[in-house]
Amino acid sequence: MEQSSNNTILEVKNLKKYFPITKGFLRRTAGHVKAVDNISLKIKKGETLGLVGESGCGKTTVGRCILRVYDPTDGEIRFQGQDIVKLPYNKNRALRRKIQLIFQDPYGSLDPRQSAGSIVGEAIKIHKICDNKQTHKKRVEELFTLVGLDPEMASRFPHEFSGGQRQRIGIARALSCDPVFIVCDEPFSALDVSIQAQIINLLQDLQQKLGLTYLMIAHDLSVVRHISDNVAIMYLGHIVEIADWREIYERPLMPYTQALLSAVPIPDPIVEKKRERIILEGDVPSPINPPSGCPFHPRCWKAAPDCSKEIPELREISPNHLVACIRV
Amino acid sequence: MAPLLEVKDLRVTFDTMNGLVKAVDGVSFTIDKGEIVGLVGESGCGKSVSQMAITQLIATPPGKIVSGEVIFEGRDLLKYHPESNMMRDVRGGQIGMIFQEPMTSFNPVFTIGEQIMESLRLHLKLSRSAARKRAIEVLEEVGIPDASVRINNYPHQFSGGMRQRAMIAMALSCSPKLVIADEPTTALDVTTQAQVLDIMMKMVEHYHNALIIVTHNLGIIARHAQRINVMYAGRIVESGPSEEVFLNPGHPYTIALMKSVPRLDEKRGRHLIPISGIPPNLINMPPICSFKPRCPMVDACQSLSDPELRPVGKNHSVRCHLNISGQNSGTIFE
Repeated sequence: MEQSSNNTILEVKNLKKYFPITKGFLRRTAGHVKAVDNISLKIKKGETLGLVGESGCGKTTVGRCILRVYDPTDGEIRFQGQDIVKLPYNKNRALRRKIQLIFQDPYGSLDPRQSAGSIVGEAIKIHKICDNKQTHKKRVEELFTLVGLDPEMASRFPHEFSGGQRQRIGIARALSCDPVFIVCDEPFSALDVSIQAQIINLLQDLQQKLGLTYLMIAHDLSVVRHISDNVAIMYLGHIVEIADWREIYERPLMPYTQALLSAVPIPDPIVEKKRERIILEGDVPSPINPPSGCPFHPRCWKAAPDCSKEIPELREISPNHLVACIRV
Repeated sequence: MAPLLEVKDLRVTFDTMNGLVKAVDGVSFTIDKGEIVGLVGESGCGKSVSQMAITQLIATPPGKIVSGEVIFEGRDLLKYHPESNMMRDVRGGQIGMIFQEPMTSFNPVFTIGEQIMESLRLHLKLSRSAARKRAIEVLEEVGIPDASVRINNYPHQFSGGMRQRAMIAMALSCSPKLVIADEPTTALDVTTQAQVLDIMMKMVEHYHNALIIVTHNLGIIARHAQRINVMYAGRIVESGPSEEVFLNPGHPYTIALMKSVPRLDEKRGRHLIPISGIPPNLINMPPICSFKPRCPMVDACQSLSDPELRPVGKNHSVRCHLNISGQNSGTIFE
């Protein structure tokens, strides 16, 4: 027990984040969007947890709560043993060095009026990591080389870079303060296929080299399979299945996971002809007014009357394979 | 039998401040009645522009269809003025379009129903009430619940998947002979994507339309298309029956595209092979093979000239100097 808690770098316990919906002139709270509703997860040092779900399922909100961009409504986030939710605001800065973020959109996330070198070096200045200009410059050059950019390019501005290069700048910025944990919020989805592979390889190499831990928020299941050690599937603010990658991809138990996997086309016409496909009906319900019981039951082909009664708990079906479904 | 659509040596340029961009540089392809053809390529390779040019939806200036023929049912569409009655009749009437962004392609100030009815009244000369009836019918066919109520909704009241389904309903409402779907599901989630594609395929099958799917997702092509055209830098670099191209790709770019994405059914732990470099700038392209700067097989290639599209098998042609066959295509990148 002692051993496992030492290895765990981040533990999220019963995290909740509700956004109020205000109404009228006095902005009275009329209801809540339950973006994240009671989720728990653990990430071990040096591992990658893939957080998968469709848009609006709350996966980005989880990432932002961990980064303390949002204050969680309830729950615990233990980072290296310390509950960071209760941490006073002025203690946040030291924490922010250790937890960093890589953004989805390499176009919107870089200041167009700042040079690439200054974008990468800004955090180093703020955290006073380098004591003089020389070492600062050297550190920025190091970071550029680390992500595969020519340090000569440091004086250029974001518009002079291609999408893949911009994403590299974003990664260099995230690495500038020697973080141990990086939240990657859909880092590949804005990139072209040929560039996507470069960034996937880069993140994997960096993880090995620097011993980083990733929370990989993504919706592309083939990419998540390629890079994750463990995978959590989210639906409407709940984690519905969590296991290691092999279990999730080879023995998916939750009907939603099965539907998600069958929806991903495989680039091979012969394999495709033989595959059975599950086509879900309807849309993801609104998180303002979620269905009672299991959030997936209105679209589930295995739903029984009991499914609408209670929100199913995550149960351990086999070692480290947790499913929130009463029909499994 | 003559094909439904034959595009011959289509060239489209855009006059920009930095020079003349040859967005589409001599594209030729055909599509038969009822056929489903996939067009793959990275952003900026000219795949959308080549499809827009078929119905002359290129903004002029800066764009210009320089040359080529688009023969649709025996008539060369490029001979007609973009605003002629003939072209108006073709657009939406005989060739339906499904665009990528369902939010921006619908007009936000008209209801979904009004927008579907407009094309029905124009092309099929239906009365208002008949058009409304037909619009409700097609919305029901694409699986919009309460279609008779939902028809009065504005686009923002629809979810992304519903909007794209309404778009499919609109494109197919006048029973066009050809449907061009330009990245129909790129903006959608995986399960919605599967749902929308499923509905689209059912509709196309039901109405016997021919379909061109433009996408960058090879999986979608493998799942649905019978033939595939791969575009790179404004040109088709490989064309053939989909099984043939996937099993026996002949162009290094096609192989590289397949190798660069992880697959759901492969052995894990493979190092992805990215395509080095970036797509070329389409201004002042040198007269060499456009893929040469990024080609992983450049060492084996001695030729300096620009390759022509040449046949390598039945209905399968490749724009490459090298003879890459199925046996060695798998190993070149190892």
